[in-house]
Amino acid sequence: MRYLPHTDESRKDMLRAIGAQHIDELYTHVPKETLMSEPLSSLPSHMGEMQVESHIKALAEKNTPTSKMPSFLGGGCYHHHIPASVDHLIQRGEFLTTYTPYQPEVSQGTLTYVYEFQNYIARLTGMDIANASMYDGATADTEAALMAKRLTKRNNVIIYPCVHPDYIDVLKSYSTHSNGTVELGTEPDENTACVIIQSPNYYGLVFDLKELREKCDAVGAKLVVAVNEIVSLGLLPAPEMADIVAGEAQSIGVPMSFGGPHLGFFACKKEYMRQMPGRLCGKTVDADGKEGFVLTLNTREQHIRRDKATSNICTNQGLCALAFTIHLGLLGETGFKTLAQLNHTQACKLADTLESIEGVTLKTETFFNEVTASFPISTELLSTELSKRSIIGGIPVGETKHSMVFCATELTSDEDISKLNNAIEHILKEQESNGGLSHAV
Amino acid sequence: MPFETDLLIHQSVKGRCGVDLPTPEVRNRTGQNLRESIGLPEVSEPQVMRHYTRLSHQNYSIDENFYPLGSCTMKHNPRLNEKLARLEGFAHLHPLQSEEHSQGALEVIYQLTDWLKKLSGMPGLTLDPAAGAHGELTGMMMVRKAHEAKGNPRKIVLVPDSAHGTNPATAATCKYTIVTIKTGDDGMVDMDAFNAAVKEHGEDIAAFMLTNPSTCGLFEPNVKVIADTLHDIGAYFYCDGANFNAIVGKVLPGDLGIDVMQINLHKTFSTPHGGGGPGSGPVMVSEALVPYLPIPYVEKKKDGTFALVKENETSIGRIKGFHGQFGMMIRALAYMMSHGADGLQKVAEDAVLNANYILHNLKDDFHVPYPGPCMHECLLTHKKQKEHGVTTMNIAKALLDAGYHPMTVYFPLVVDGAMLIEPTETESRETMDGFIAAMKTIAKRAQDGDATAFHAQPQTTFRKRLDETQAARKPVLVEDK
Ligand SMILES: Cc1ncc(COP(=O)(O)O)c(C=O)c1O
Repeated sequence: MRYLPHTDESRKDMLRAIGAQHIDELYTHVPKETLMSEPLSSLPSHMGEMQVESHIKALAEKNTPTSKMPSFLGGGCYHHHIPASVDHLIQRGEFLTTYTPYQPEVSQGTLTYVYEFQNYIARLTGMDIANASMYDGATADTEAALMAKRLTKRNNVIIYPCVHPDYIDVLKSYSTHSNGTVELGTEPDENTACVIIQSPNYYGLVFDLKELREKCDAVGAKLVVAVNEIVSLGLLPAPEMADIVAGEAQSIGVPMSFGGPHLGFFACKKEYMRQMPGRLCGKTVDADGKEGFVLTLNTREQHIRRDKATSNICTNQGLCALAFTIHLGLLGETGFKTLAQLNHTQACKLADTLESIEGVTLKTETFFNEVTASFPISTELLSTELSKRSIIGGIPVGETKHSMVFCATELTSDEDISKLNNAIEHILKEQESNGGLSHAV
Repeated sequence: MPFETDLLIHQSVKGRCGVDLPTPEVRNRTGQNLRESIGLPEVSEPQVMRHYTRLSHQNYSIDENFYPLGSCTMKHNPRLNEKLARLEGFAHLHPLQSEEHSQGALEVIYQLTDWLKKLSGMPGLTLDPAAGAHGELTGMMMVRKAHEAKGNPRKIVLVPDSAHGTNPATAATCKYTIVTIKTGDDGMVDMDAFNAAVKEHGEDIAAFMLTNPSTCGLFEPNVKVIADTLHDIGAYFYCDGANFNAIVGKVLPGDLGIDVMQINLHKTFSTPHGGGGPGSGPVMVSEALVPYLPIPYVEKKKDGTFALVKENETSIGRIKGFHGQFGMMIRALAYMMSHGADGLQKVAEDAVLNANYILHNLKDDFHVPYPGPCMHECLLTHKKQKEHGVTTMNIAKALLDAGYHPMTVYFPLVVDGAMLIEPTETESRETMDGFIAAMKTIAKRAQDGDATAFHAQPQTTFRKRLDETQAARKPVLVEDK
């Protein structure tokens, strides 16, 4: 077995050295009848690298990734280009094979990038401070709601129905055992801990926060803004009006990977610092007065505070945060803004195209890189027909099943958009001649 | 000594950029005034490369040397698994693609589920949770839901005083009150205390969260009695399976009467720790809890294809976006296949052998609070050294100067000055001999009255002792803009 250094001989020697005859003597506390001396027969035995590789490659080849054909899927997970140096650097063993920086003297590499990550997230979101990563956007926003409850000592949460449906579902799951309600898009009142809104929302719509901010202020509720396309912050003004900005940062540096691992983030006003969930990295000095970093304010966390902790989170998304930090460093101020404009410009072209097709209505007037359009045919049919033409369509949404959210990124070419245009026109014409158009939009 | 490197923000020179993107046509349909300055750095690609390479040199890693961090299972991370997770068919797969386009990914999830069911001997499983603590939460949400289905969520969760902090934090998140069970003189659950709690709280008890193998590095001998006692009062037996590495392929948790157990793919199954994640925390359950498993999950259809099930009335619901940390699942599957049933059994045996080897060699130099044999990690304390003014903290920092990452320190909380040493199975006898020698030297220095020198350690690291008090008293979490 290539990963195990012991030989049968050395195992025997070591057993002898500790005064045992057989390995099972070290398992004396295990109930005898449950101890297995032979390997499980229901599983195969070990395999070489060649065999494992060919088995798993065969599985990968059964998939049709978005790199194989034009794709217009977004919805909280985005296909962006990742510079080669990002993946090179995160695979350095010194980053990859280390853990939570418990010993800061030999973890300044990790701590420094975590500090950089906090800085970038705070600056992008227009918040004062940020923590060192959450699991994903859905859990980050749920943690935001939990923090708002602690801050306000109120129990009810309002979430807008245009927030990513997974985020709503996760919030609901976490809330079943708590006091208080989760309501969809109702008016805040004196029992509302927070209102959660997403901008751009699940349909792509960019939202003006001003009115909602006023409503929250009128009743003392916190405003949580969810962002799941972080590239949008290169073009849109920072959601500074929020009390908490939490969401998903997968777009920068992290591949889609069928939905994970991604990168949750959490930023807020400075005054909430001691109620924040998760790890925080702070700047300090060492015994020689040199600048260095440590994990700090640990008394909020589970390993110190136990059942009084602000969250149970321990392991988070360290390496994804590194990928983000490196990629954002490469982009920098101008690159990030250019990337955002590229995304938006491609989305504008997509919107122009959809608007120009007869029978198709664009539903999102203001958007970043996603737009919703409604069709005179069901989106189920549309998806299937697009797929037949080697196009991965958008996300079907809405009760009437006639709307679809399309996403364009810098990887969406003009050619992809014209291919989509031709395909939709063709599909609609075909359906029209079949008498399949419904105008129930 | 590694090079110094400034924060990238401070290396910024206006006009530099580390990417060359096409110049977009400027359009604005956002309905907003466009963003002004963000405050991101402006640097070239070689600067970024050098900055992060320098930072990497400031870290300690498994690749470089022994990393005996107890309870964390810092084993070798095979690069084959990295390569496979990056295959185009996985990395560029969008989670909302059709089932038809994602059959291979669904099959990865299905196959990994099958391996874990067989290795645990438990009938139900979810791969959705993002880490161990997230798995705990998922498990306890299922426990709560199962009790609610019987009409009463109950009030109390029993947690040993030796438990990891995530256990009580999780139970509290599920709105349970924690009753602490003390650890006996032998490091096991004090059965008198356990029985007394059961007697006192009876059917108010929702579950007992026990870590087995325990955080003291021991296998709980009364595990089946505990399970029976809990089942008699209708409570569930939660097992924190963070230490599964000691028993994988040796014991099926399903044989022990466990109802629900999370494991950490980033421990036993070697997905890289990555400086603090990403992890993955699958949860296994007994028949009684199967109806409550979170959504989504993968099912094999009659025609042999795979489907993602997104709706289930009795489920606790969704606990994470999309379908879990898929990239970690590929790595874990590759790891399991590489070892096979035979290799995984050897993993457990060698891990346990190695920990006992260290325990045996250090038992005369350091205080051993509980008699062995131990499981895959051994627990020592600073009792002998403290008499000479040398604490666990001093020992840890002295190890840094000796070129080793310290063990887990001051955890578990049940002994004063805990040092929890977990060598893992991927370390050779030679490596461990080096570590043992370093520990013996430290013990001797303490005995020889070298306390003052200890207090000045570490001396050879990139940074010396960092001022954590200042960091907490005047927190600086971001740079001034
Ligand atoms: C015993 C034990 N339980 C739970 C956890 C939590 O796991 P995670 O960090 O993956 O959330 C850990 C590790 O950190 C642990 O050692």
